[in-house]
Amino acid sequence: MAPVMQSTQQWVEKYRPRQVKDVAHQDEVVRTLTNTLETGNLPHLLFYGPPGTGKTTTALAICHQLFGPELYKSRVLELNASDDRGINVVRTKIKDFAGVAVGAGVSGYPCPPFKVLILDEADSMTEDAQNALRRTMETYSKVTRFCFICNYVSRIIEPLASRCAKFRFKPLLQDVMQNRIEYICQEEGLKLDQEALTTLSRVSEGDLRRAITYLQCAVRLYGSSVSSKEIISVSGIVPDSVLEGLLKACQSGQFDLAHNEVKDIIAEGHPVSQILSQLFDFVVQSPNISDIQKAKIAERLAETDKCLIDGADEYLQLMDVASNTMRALCNQNQECAY
Amino acid sequence: MLWVDKYRPRTLDKVMVHKEEATNLKNLIAQGDCPHLLFYGPSGAGKKTLIMALLREMFGPSAEKVKVENKPWKVEAGTRKIEVELTTVSSNHHVELNPSDAGFQDRYVVQEIIKEMAKNRPLDVAGNRGFKVLVLNEVDKLSKEAQHSLRRTMEKYSAACRLILCCNSASKVIEAVRSRCLNIRINSPSREDIVDVLTFVAKKENLVLPPELAGRIAHHSNRNLRRSILCLEACKVKQYPFTADQEVQTTDWEQFIVGLANDIVTEQSPKKLFQVREKLYELLVNCIPPEVILKRLLDELMKKLDSELKHEVCHWAAFYEHRMQQGQKAIFHLEAFVAKFMSIYKRFLIDTFG
Repeated sequence: MAPVMQSTQQWVEKYRPRQVKDVAHQDEVVRTLTNTLETGNLPHLLFYGPPGTGKTTTALAICHQLFGPELYKSRVLELNASDDRGINVVRTKIKDFAGVAVGAGVSGYPCPPFKVLILDEADSMTEDAQNALRRTMETYSKVTRFCFICNYVSRIIEPLASRCAKFRFKPLLQDVMQNRIEYICQEEGLKLDQEALTTLSRVSEGDLRRAITYLQCAVRLYGSSVSSKEIISVSGIVPDSVLEGLLKACQSGQFDLAHNEVKDIIAEGHPVSQILSQLFDFVVQSPNISDIQKAKIAERLAETDKCLIDGADEYLQLMDVASNTMRALCNQNQECAY
Repeated sequence: MLWVDKYRPRTLDKVMVHKEEATNLKNLIAQGDCPHLLFYGPSGAGKKTLIMALLREMFGPSAEKVKVENKPWKVEAGTRKIEVELTTVSSNHHVELNPSDAGFQDRYVVQEIIKEMAKNRPLDVAGNRGFKVLVLNEVDKLSKEAQHSLRRTMEKYSAACRLILCCNSASKVIEAVRSRCLNIRINSPSREDIVDVLTFVAKKENLVLPPELAGRIAHHSNRNLRRSILCLEACKVKQYPFTADQEVQTTDWEQFIVGLANDIVTEQSPKKLFQVREKLYELLVNCIPPEVILKRLLDELMKKLDSELKHEVCHWAAFYEHRMQQGQKAIFHLEAFVAKFMSIYKRFLIDTFG
C-alpha cells in the first residue's frame, strides 16, 4: 500500500500496539505469547472475544515480532471476510501457501521455521470451508501455524477449535480504557475532563476501538477540548429524556400518547435497536417496576430485537414494544383477547 | 425543474434546516481530512442534500459535474465469473451507487468497486485531496455478507478512499460497520422548519402563501420535507392564488388506502376479503412498497378503533410485517393481516353488541 499521509491516518491505526507486550488488559494472552517469542514455539491459535479488545492487533503484533518487516510478506498470509473465502480458497490459496517450505531466517528476529496464516473474522467462514481446513491444518502443521480470530467461538466447528490453543479476550475495564485514552490525549495534545473520560468509557462498553473512534470524531467535530455531551452526540446514544418520555407515555395507559411518542422517535431518526437496548437497561434498573412486569417487557424486547435483525420495519416493531410495555405496566391483559 | 431540486441547497452555508450539522461537517473537513461517514435518518430529512453539499465543500464545484454510467462489472468469485450491471453516478472525485440494485451479488460489487477505486488513487495536485469518496446509498438494504465484507475493506483502503454511507434505519447496519464510521443522525425537520422552508420557496417563486396553508401542508407531510415541497407545488398547480382553507392534495395511493380501510371496517366477510385482495394487488403493481402499504393501512385502521383493540392490531401488524420481510410474496402477508384484522374486529363487534 502507498505510504499514508500522517493526517489521513486514523488514530485506531496510529495507536495500534506494535508489540505484544503493549496490548492492554489481556494479561494471560500476553504472557503466553511473550513466552512464545522467547522460545520460538507457537501452537495454533484461536482468539475470540467481543470487538475492539485487541484480537487482530495481537495477531499482527506477534507476526511482526516473530519475522520482522523483511520476512513478513513471505511468511504471513492474512485473510479476512473481505476476501472471498469459500471452500475453493481453502482448497487452493490456503493449501498453496501452507504447502511451501520456509527459507532461512534473518538475524535480529526469532524467525522460527514456520509460516503463520491469519484467518480474521473466522466465524463468517462457511462450515464447509471450515471442514476442509481440518486435514490441511494437520498435514501442514510442520511448516504452518494457523491463527483464527472470531467474535463467537461457538461458530467455529469443534474439530477446528480443539486443534487450537484458545484465548479469550476480555472486554476492557474502565480504568484500563481510561489510561489508554489519557495516553492518546497526551500524545495528541487534547483536553478531556474527568466526566468526559468516564462517559467515553461508559458508552463504548469495553470496546477500545469504539472509544478511540468516538474520541477522534468528537475532536474533529468540536475541536480539541471535548465535553461529555459532545461525546454522547457523536456516539449516537439516545438521550435518557427520550426513553423517559416513552416510558411515561406507556405508564399513562393511553394508547394515543404512546403512539405519538413512537412517531416522534422515528422522525428524530434514533436507531430502534439502540432504543431497545437502552430501554432494557432502563427497565431492569427501575425500582418502580415489579419483577413480573420486567419479565414481560424483556421477553417482548428480545423478540423484537430478533425481528429487527431479520429486517423488519422499525416503526411497527417499536409500536409493538410500546403497546406491550404499556399493557405490562398497567397490568392489562397481555394475551390477545380476540 | 421541480422545486425540490431547484431549491435544494448547494453548499453547506445555505443549508436551512440542519444548520448545526452543517457547521459541524464544515469543521470536520476543514482540516483536510475526513473519516468514513454514516448518515442515517428518515426519508425526506435531507441526508442526500447534506452529502452533496459536503462533497461540493470538499472538492469545489467540479464535484457537481456528474456523469451517469451504466457499467457492467466483471467479478471473479472463485471459479465463477459474475457479471453485474450497475448504474453509477460519478464525478472526478466521487462515485455514487446503489449496491442493493445488484441483489444477492452485492458483496462482490462492493469489494470490487472499492478495490478498483483504491488502485486508481488520485494524484496529490493542489485542490485535490488524497482520496476519492464512494457514496453508498441504502446500506440498510445491503445483505449481511456484503456488510461484513465492508469491514476490513474499509480499514484496508482507508488511505485511498472514504466511504459515505446513507441509510434510513441504522438498526439494519451491522455494529461492526457502524463503529468504523462517524455516525451522523439527521432528524426530520420540525413543523416550524418546514413552514420556514415553504415560505422561503414561495417567496422565491413570487407566490403569496398563507401561513395557515403552509402549516397544514407541513402537518400533512409527516415531517417529510421533500414531500411537503412537492405538495406545495401540487397545490400551486391546482389552484392559485392560494386560499387559507385550500384543500391539501394527498397522493392517489393514500386516498386509495383510505378507501381500502373503509371497506375493511364496513364489512368483514370472505367476499370483501376477495375485493380487498384486488385492491392490494393494484397498489402493489403500482410499485408502492408493501411495508408502506401496511404502515399506512394500520394508521388508517387505528383511527377507527377502540383503544383495547389497538394493542392487538398493532401487534399483528408488526408480526405480519416481520413475516413479510422473511418471505418472498408480500401479497400473502398483507392479505393475512387484513383477514386477521377482520376476524378480530368481527369478534369484537359480536362481543360488544351481541
